[in-house]
Amino acid sequence: MKPAKFDYYDPTTLDEALSLLAQFGDRARPLAGGQSLVPLMNFRLIRPAHLIDLNGVAGLSYLKIDDGALRLGATTRQRELERSADVAKRWPLLRDAAGFIGHVQIRNRGTIGGSLAHAFPSAELPVAMVSLDASLTLRSKTNQRTARAEEFFLSYMTTMLQPDELLTEISVPALPAQSGWSYHEVSRRHGDFALAGAASLIALDANGAIQHARLTLTGATPIRSQDTEEFLLGERPSETLFRDAARRATENLEQDSDIHASAEYRREVCAVLARRALMRAAQRSAEQMKGTTQ
Amino acid sequence: MTTRPVRLTVNGREYTGQVEPRKLLTDFLRDDLGLTGTHVGCEQGVCGACTISLNGELVRSCLLFAVQANGAELKTVEGIAPSATELHPLQEKFWQLHGLQCGFCTPGILLTAEALLKEIPNPSETEIREWLSGNLCRCTGYQNIVAAIQEAAKAMNNAKS
Amino acid sequence: MPYIGSRIKRKEDVRLLRGIGKYVGDIHRTGMAHAAILRSTHAHARIVKIDVAAALKLPGVVGVLTAADMPGLKTIPMRTGVIPGLERSQQTPIATSKVRYVGDPVAVVVAENRYIAEDALELIEVEYAPLGAVTEARAGMQPGAPQLHDATPNNIAANFQVNVGDVDGAFGDSDLIVEEEFSTQRHSAVPLENRGLVAEWDEGRGLLTMWGPTKMTHTNWRILSDLIGLPQSSIHFIEPEVGGGFGARGEFYPEDFLIPFAARHFRRPICWIEDRSENLKAMNQSRQQNHRVKIGVKKDGTIMAMDAEILFDMGGYTRTHGGVPAIAASAMLRGPFRVKNYRCNVFCVLTNKTPVGTYRSPGRYEANFVRERLLDMIAHRLKLDPADVRRRNLIRHEEMPYDLGKHPFHYMVYDTGDLPGQFERALGRFGYEDLKASCAAAKLEGRAVGIGIGCFVETSGIGPWEYARVEIDNAGMVVLYSGCNSVGQGIATALSQIVADELQVAIENVRVVHGDTAKVPYGNGSNASRSTVMAGSAAVGASRKVKDKLLRLASASLEIDGADLILCDGRVVARGAPERSLSFSELARLALPGPALKSGMTPGISEEDFFATDKRPFPYGVHVASVEVDKETGKIKILDYLVTEDVGRKINPMIIEGQMAGGLAQGIGGALLEEFVYNEDGQPLSTNFMDYLLPTAMEMPKAQLISTEDFPSPHNPLGVKGAGEGGITAAGAALANAVSNALGVEVKKLPLKPDYILQLVKESEAAK
Repeated sequence: MKPAKFDYYDPTTLDEALSLLAQFGDRARPLAGGQSLVPLMNFRLIRPAHLIDLNGVAGLSYLKIDDGALRLGATTRQRELERSADVAKRWPLLRDAAGFIGHVQIRNRGTIGGSLAHAFPSAELPVAMVSLDASLTLRSKTNQRTARAEEFFLSYMTTMLQPDELLTEISVPALPAQSGWSYHEVSRRHGDFALAGAASLIALDANGAIQHARLTLTGATPIRSQDTEEFLLGERPSETLFRDAARRATENLEQDSDIHASAEYRREVCAVLARRALMRAAQRSAEQMKGTTQ
Repeated sequence: MTTRPVRLTVNGREYTGQVEPRKLLTDFLRDDLGLTGTHVGCEQGVCGACTISLNGELVRSCLLFAVQANGAELKTVEGIAPSATELHPLQEKFWQLHGLQCGFCTPGILLTAEALLKEIPNPSETEIREWLSGNLCRCTGYQNIVAAIQEAAKAMNNAKS
Repeated sequence: MPYIGSRIKRKEDVRLLRGIGKYVGDIHRTGMAHAAILRSTHAHARIVKIDVAAALKLPGVVGVLTAADMPGLKTIPMRTGVIPGLERSQQTPIATSKVRYVGDPVAVVVAENRYIAEDALELIEVEYAPLGAVTEARAGMQPGAPQLHDATPNNIAANFQVNVGDVDGAFGDSDLIVEEEFSTQRHSAVPLENRGLVAEWDEGRGLLTMWGPTKMTHTNWRILSDLIGLPQSSIHFIEPEVGGGFGARGEFYPEDFLIPFAARHFRRPICWIEDRSENLKAMNQSRQQNHRVKIGVKKDGTIMAMDAEILFDMGGYTRTHGGVPAIAASAMLRGPFRVKNYRCNVFCVLTNKTPVGTYRSPGRYEANFVRERLLDMIAHRLKLDPADVRRRNLIRHEEMPYDLGKHPFHYMVYDTGDLPGQFERALGRFGYEDLKASCAAAKLEGRAVGIGIGCFVETSGIGPWEYARVEIDNAGMVVLYSGCNSVGQGIATALSQIVADELQVAIENVRVVHGDTAKVPYGNGSNASRSTVMAGSAAVGASRKVKDKLLRLASASLEIDGADLILCDGRVVARGAPERSLSFSELARLALPGPALKSGMTPGISEEDFFATDKRPFPYGVHVASVEVDKETGKIKILDYLVTEDVGRKINPMIIEGQMAGGLAQGIGGALLEEFVYNEDGQPLSTNFMDYLLPTAMEMPKAQLISTEDFPSPHNPLGVKGAGEGGITAAGAALANAVSNALGVEVKKLPLKPDYILQLVKESEAAK
């Protein structure tokens, strides 16, 4: 399967890249890791007239801690995220989520920004970023705006990004002290797209009650279970509590059917994974409070 | 139709070419440079038959355009053996332990195994299988491939010490 | 030390490891153009109009061919599995008035490169008049269903029966009768290398050269000659390296006619390499069977009778051997068990899907799943251990050779073996008894752990004959010309071992030539695990004739009686007087026409042999699996796996284990992951590698693979039984039984997808 013809641009500055996007609009596509875009181009499902290669744009790939927050350049490779000691220590949910993405060869090229902009259903980084209350910087030639991860994903493979915009930075705030985390996923094979996935963060207070909770499930877009999170606040972790929470979070959960699994299966397994993720996150928070984290 | 020049190094040797932007790196290597050891199995980035090393990183060459490799240093299966008369320890062990049958996935797997052993000189079986999970093999069932990589790791670590 | 039986490294490997082996996609010919096939996007439609004008105008396009350019098109013939009736639904190499599956070839584009060819495909306008699609075999047989072919009413391509013993009487004597329906999903070979061909027509000499043909080289050589109207002597097939076959590669496909036709038409060498999305729509599919089986047993588990109806989903046409999986399933449904009363009604049903052929252990993978599930179901109903039900019915050594009774299309006499002995070995090595206890304990803890058994008899070594020619060249090199083919299985090494032992030479001094019709005049190819048996036996025959000639030449030259001469290390040596000897190279010189004719001998050292047999050897064995199932997600983890197989005699144990391991991986893929799914309009939904899922290294357990040489086959001089299919054949059976055992449910279909498993769990919990 060979792609259709296109004109190729390899800008070296962000300004150049944004000018090109301003010029060509929806007839252009930015190319980052290419692990999602190029297969679609090879199948000729996507046929941009102009391909803007971002891999040579200076200053778009970085991983740094700024004032306690994690700041990621959009073209930072997933593998860098996976390998970073800082991320493993302070945002282990991100490291775990990244580890579920495909295979080593994919993560070597795939980028954080690319994954978020592509917004494939059940993708791990969108779910993780929503759980972590990340904020995204979107830039065009004439404008810059910020969006919360949660509002960035609009519908199936559709984000807030306009044709002339690039996602340039992802900023992840520090987590509450002694937060536990967990990312659970079920897929047909190791590295495949998730049939169902759940990300959870739990922080317990000095009395062992939940003072911070996040639960995000996979769907056409990441689905944050805000009602369930509020339900959990102030409660003490238990199997019954989390079973109840999982049920609440998935009662009317919308899922898609495809050849790999029915919508009903995905909904049910989201409930199972939600419960397991909440349990594990709570366990990890408790361990951190005791100083025995794994 | 605009073509662009490409200049890159493959297995230590410099090559130049003139390509359409849409030409996949796999096709450039195989058709323009005559390096047919890198194989095409899916052009979707799943099977791993096209795996090469680009600037020291393991990548799928079917998901790169040749123009993107301009100025890069590549390694393909033809560059694994130290010379025309010697084999790399991985190649020796694959041969010894029947780690290949039809050979179509083998180049991609050798590149993956080499990169694995560089990063993890003493990998566990799980680590080996995880790294291999991006390379499909339809003939061997992977068992002998895993064993060959384990034995090659031992041989290479012994040689170092 | 003999080579036979040794774990010698393969001769094929170094070039493959260096990446210098040439597959068909690596072949470049001067002036080569590239073809792409326009394929139907409808499952069932009339072709109203094809407009290629826009495609022809695209710069870089050499031309476009449709059926209109190919007058006198014939259908692709069957080469085997010829069930009467199948001839009514064969395929022309290109669609003429109708298309019958998504992927049916409609036009051929030739361009300067594949990129332009694919651009041109998009410019061809085809007007289709869609017809209703048949997507399910049973529905397709009903009156009122859309008809695929005028000559096959109710889409029944063929129907035949097997009838052995007195089934109705035996049901009358049964204590328990179980009736169940099973289905196995459509899946297939999916080798890692896609199909391809390079065809070059030398106008001046009237010679067509083709790179790419394999598996059935000589058969396809004849078929092409007939279809394209060129004598065989004007056609030359050359086999390159091949990236896996598994039954599907190497049959005569539409492209095997279209590409050489295009080469002659455009007077350019033409390269066609399919891409993966085509491969998943156009290469033979298989395995989709529906079985309705009634089985009658005594209280102690003795099987009295089996009565089965098998529907086999054929796809849109009958290709070269589409009948084989149905024949094999009906022949081998009873497997290694004593069932004297057996009836089977088999329907080959046409549907608007990719046509079918064989895939490793065709019909048997499906049949083993059905039968082994039934045995476990019987065990549950009678409250017996599943192992005991099998023990009661396994054919014993004293009953061999065992005649299963007449089958209209299949050889039915098991040659030799101790099936119960192999069974005990398998269970013993697996630790079956201890594992049963630990499974029970795990279940009390709420974990779903289970064991499953799958017994099998495989067929192998099909005849009717195979060709070999052995020659000695000027340097004393031994060259074997063999009628078999290599699809990656290591046959050149195995044959070298055999010849090296016969002629007492170093294996490095043996070369094997195969797949080249200019050098090998006859052959029956490599399928059905026949190569070591048939090509090996022919190689033995030819080698022995060469040995005779060597001894005669040496005897004449050394003036020593032939009985006092032996072969040793590439020389003919006088017994007890080693200084009196001649090397093979010296003997070759003595055999040159000048000296040979003077001494009244036939010049040269070149001897042919045909090994012919109408009997088959039957390898046999057992699969045992243990699994843990996550009851909340339906995900299955294979904890442990064991395969035993008696192969009669092992030429290269390493190669045999490799076949078992590779087969097992495919068997696991078939049980858990792989499926060609079609929607109700006949649109294929598994057309890329994220939808058609092959097992990776993470999905494979580390398996115990035990091959034994207990009972060499009496049907060939080597005593071998073909070892290509034992590893795959009972994997669906063993895993389905293990999952059923773990969950206390009754699995009736493959694949064991997570949502199917979860559904079974819920049904079983609801029933409690």
